[in-house]
Parts: sequence; structure tokens; C-alpha cells
Amino acid sequence: MTDKPVEQMSFEEAMAELERVVRELEGGNAPLEQSIALYERGDALKKRCDAQLRAAEEKVAAITQDAEGNPTGTVPFDAK
Amino acid sequence: MSDLLDDDFEDAGGQGPGSNAPEYTVSEISGAVRKTLEGAFGRIRVRGEVGRVFRARSGHLYFDIKDAQNVLASVTWKGQLPGLTVMPEEGMEVVASGKLTTFGSQSKYQLTVDQVEPAGVGALMAMLEKRKKQLEAEGLFAAELKRPLPYLPEVIGVVTSPSGAVIRDILHRLRDRFPRKVLIWPVAVQGRDCAPQVAAAIRGFNALAPGGAIPRPDVLIVARGGGSIEDLWGFNEEIVARAAAASQIPLISAVGHETDTTLIDYVSDRRAPTPTAAAEIAVPVRLELIAQSDALGARLSGALARGMGRRGERLRDLSLALPGAESLLAGPRQRLDMAASRLPAALQAWVLRRQARLAQVSAVLRPGTLRARLRDLSERVAGLDARRLPALARRQGLARREVDQLAARLVPAMIERENRRRRREMEDIARRLAADGARRTGQWRDRLAGLDRVLQSLNYEETLKRGFAVVRAEGRVIATAAAAEAAAALEIQFQDGRVTVSTGGSPTAAPETDAGGQKPAPRRKKPKPEQGSLF
Repeated sequence: MTDKPVEQMSFEEAMAELERVVRELEGGNAPLEQSIALYERGDALKKRCDAQLRAAEEKVAAITQDAEGNPTGTVPFDAK
Repeated sequence: MSDLLDDDFEDAGGQGPGSNAPEYTVSEISGAVRKTLEGAFGRIRVRGEVGRVFRARSGHLYFDIKDAQNVLASVTWKGQLPGLTVMPEEGMEVVASGKLTTFGSQSKYQLTVDQVEPAGVGALMAMLEKRKKQLEAEGLFAAELKRPLPYLPEVIGVVTSPSGAVIRDILHRLRDRFPRKVLIWPVAVQGRDCAPQVAAAIRGFNALAPGGAIPRPDVLIVARGGGSIEDLWGFNEEIVARAAAASQIPLISAVGHETDTTLIDYVSDRRAPTPTAAAEIAVPVRLELIAQSDALGARLSGALARGMGRRGERLRDLSLALPGAESLLAGPRQRLDMAASRLPAALQAWVLRRQARLAQVSAVLRPGTLRARLRDLSERVAGLDARRLPALARRQGLARREVDQLAARLVPAMIERENRRRRREMEDIARRLAADGARRTGQWRDRLAGLDRVLQSLNYEETLKRGFAVVRAEGRVIATAAAAEAAAALEIQFQDGRVTVSTGGSPTAAPETDAGGQKPAPRRKKPKPEQGSLF
């Protein structure tokens, strides 16, 4: 069990933790209060995963450079 | 034959048939040769093996290009060096481009080289192999340098050509799998600019600050489509390999087709066989993840529901097994009933017992009895009170008389008389004691003088003055010849001192005349030879 707050977890961490929580809850050995706490944590983890899966946005940009080749910014890129 | 001889002869005479040909100065002929050479050849390409290579302190690079028979001196000026695709190395098969010219001061001709290319695939592969070995020896390919790729990167940096199929394929595949933010750093993917631009792009992405105006990628893809080994050569350059190895951002290389392996593939954190594959490696499939997340969510709810159901069932089972409240209470209730029924009778019996006892006690307790006792007591108190004062006065008078009698008997003359008697006795005793002491002391002194005289006459030392001697051995007096024989050494005391005599050997003088015999006698068994006689 990691102590990292769910909101700060990467997708991969949240998914792995969710799997662990599900396995533990399925094991059926947790006392009632703990299994409720596990469910709540699992629910929060799933929401975190879903939020990151929903935030699937394509945005393609190309780097613009100055004469020395230093990046100056980006311009929207459209692959022909 | 005779003609030749004649010519030789005539030449030797100094005025030959060529004498009317124009005369060149050395510089003139040197310049003419240069003009001819440069005019005839111009810019040429020469293929050969690089021989000796020498970099002068001036920065110019001198090297030989040779084949089996001949050598062509070549030079690349300092300013031309950055333009070379490869640095000539000894043994390298190259095609050198440049201008043929002369070096008049040494009567030499040479090629001024402005471009060197490896000649043929074999040469390129040999060079690649050499670089690979060198970088590997430096540890740039080490497995522990490989960084893990992020599972789901937010931003993907792509180093490739902005035009062409490669970037299209990558974007396409990313969109299919998991649309993400993509930053393209446009570079030339072949030719001389390729390697420096690719290296600069990798370094540039790494130099972006996290949270800056341009988002820093979580993963990099360096990609190029298929091509000849010469086309892909930029990705075999050392600067590219070193930039990729130094990248802090995990880097996927995807250069050429699956069969092409370039130097960057060895140092990248992951090699993708094609650009499309790089996109697949970079991101997971979103729909699969959604399905996975949903499945986990369902299992989560299911597990909780099952857990609750199981507990509910167990609760019901247990409650069935629990005995009814009535049956639990029946026994105690019966006992209560029985006890309750016996209670009134017991209470009555108890009250009757108490009543009887009360009657007994109250029979004695009448007001008349108490009053009679009270009267008795007050009469006694009054009688005692009346006798109190006379008794006190009587007792006082008696005590005073007693004191007066005792005081009359207490006179100082009695004590003084006793004192005088005692002092007289003491003086008498002191006198007798002094007389007796003087007498006794005189007697003791006379006896002591007598004893002293006897002692003087008995002292053997007085006898010594008359010529006698005392013989001792080991501190004891020797009185017989037999004892003297037995002793190792004898000590003889005369009136003026002691002498030690050895009975076996030469006599030895005792250096000291001290009495007491602490001086150890010389050993009879080991007389020291060097001990000389004192007599």
C-alpha cells in the first residue's frame, strides 16, 4: 500500500494500486470496516484512472527555432 | 645509335640544338605546371586508401591517399575541416573530392581535399564497427543506463523530418491508440546537416525546463524512414549517439527498417523496428485501458457486494442459532415467582419475632426506674461536694508542718565538722606515704649498686683484657676442640676486636669487627684461589 495521495498518482501507479485493492477485497479476509475503506479507496483510484483516460486529447505542434537553433516556441502542426 | 651518340656529344659541347628554346625561371615553370594541372583536372574525385594522417599544429590536416603503387599527397585546410563528412583515418577506404594543385616550393603536386566520403558499404561498415567498439568500451551501451519508459506519457517529443510519411505514420498510430500532446522538433534526416541537427534536437528537448512555456516531453522518439546505409549515416555519427546516451528523457529510436541497425539504436533506451512501432511502444491503447479500468471497477463493486452478502448470510445463520429470549428467561422467571410467593410469609414471621423481642426489652424500660436512679446519683454528688473544701484545707496544713520540721534539721555546722575530720585523715595518710616511699627507694638503689659490681666482675670482656679470647662459629661460642673442628670458620674475639679464621684453608680476616656474626663465613668447599692471606 503506497501512501501517495491518489490525486498525485500517475495513471500507471493508480492502475496498479487499483488492481492491488481489488485483489485484497476479493480475498475476502479484510474485516468489514477495512473492506469498506478498501472499496472507497478503489473507487477513488478508478475515478483517477478514468479521468486520465478521458483526458485523451491530440495536440500536435512543431518547435520553432531561432538562428542559433534554440527553441523559441511552437506552432500548430498539420501533417500533410 | 650513332645519332644518339652524336647528340650526346654535341650536348656535351654546350651548344645543342635546343639552345634556341625559351628559358624558364624556376618560378615560371612552377607556375606553368600549376596552371596546366589545375586547368586539365579542375575539381576531381579520387578513390583510394588513406595512408599516413598528420594534423599539423597550424590545424591543417595532411594525409596520403594511396593505392598499391602510388601515393597522392593530400591536404585539408583548417577552415575546410568542419565540412568533412568523415575524418580521414589511416586504412579507411575513401573517395576524396577536391582540386589538384601543386606545391611549387617542394616540386610536389597535391590534392586539396574539401570532402571525404567513405568509399562503399564495406568502408562504412568498418567505420561503424570501429565506433561501436569505442562507444561500447566507454560503457555507453550498458544496460543500467537504459531508462524505463513512462507507461502513459503526457507529452511525446518527436525528432524527425516534418514532411514525409514517418511523422504521419507516428501521429496516425498515436491517435489510434491514445491521443497525446506531440511536439515535433524538425530536423534533416539525411545529408551533412542530419547528425548535428538530430543531436541538437535531443539536447534541446532535454534542456526544456519542466513546467516551462514549451512542455518538456516525457518520452522522445527519434525516427527516420528506410534508406540506404549512406542515407541513414547521420544516425551512425558519434555526436548523435552521445546525445542520445546523455538524454535524461527516455528515448525510443526508430531509424530505417527493421533490418537496419544504426549506432543510435545501441544507446537508445528502446529500439523500435519502425516509426509506427515506436508510437506503439510510446503509448498504451486507450480503449484497452478503459476496458481494464472498468473491469477492475466491476470487480471492486462485486467484491464488496459479495463480502456484504456473505456477512448478511452469516448474520442470519447466527441469529437462527441464537436461542429465543423467552426460553432464556423462563428459568430465572420461575425462580423469581417462587421467591416472590414465599416473600410475604417470611416477612410476617420476621415481624412477629421482632415484636416479641421488643415486648421483652420494653418491659424493663419504665420512667419510674430511671427517675429513682437519677435521684440517687444527684444525692451522691451533693454529699461529695460538701466535703470538698474542708478536706483541702486539712491536707495543706499537714504538708506545711512536715516542711518546717525538715528545715529545722538542716544546719551547716554539721557539714563543716565532717569536712574537717576528712581533711585530717587525708594529711595523715600523705605523710605516711612519703616516709615509706623514701625508705624503699634507698633500699632499691643499694641493691642495684651491688648487682652492678657483681656484673663487672663477671663480664668476660674484663677477662679478655687479661689475654683470654672467645672463639665463636656461626654466632655461637665454641668451647671444645671438637666443636672447633666441625666449624667451617672460627671467629676469635680479642680485647680490641674480632678476627675470622678459616679452619680448612688460609685464615681470612673479617674486615669488620662488628659483633653478632651476620658476616657469612667463607665456604669451605669452594675457597677462592685468588684470595690471598692477610697474615
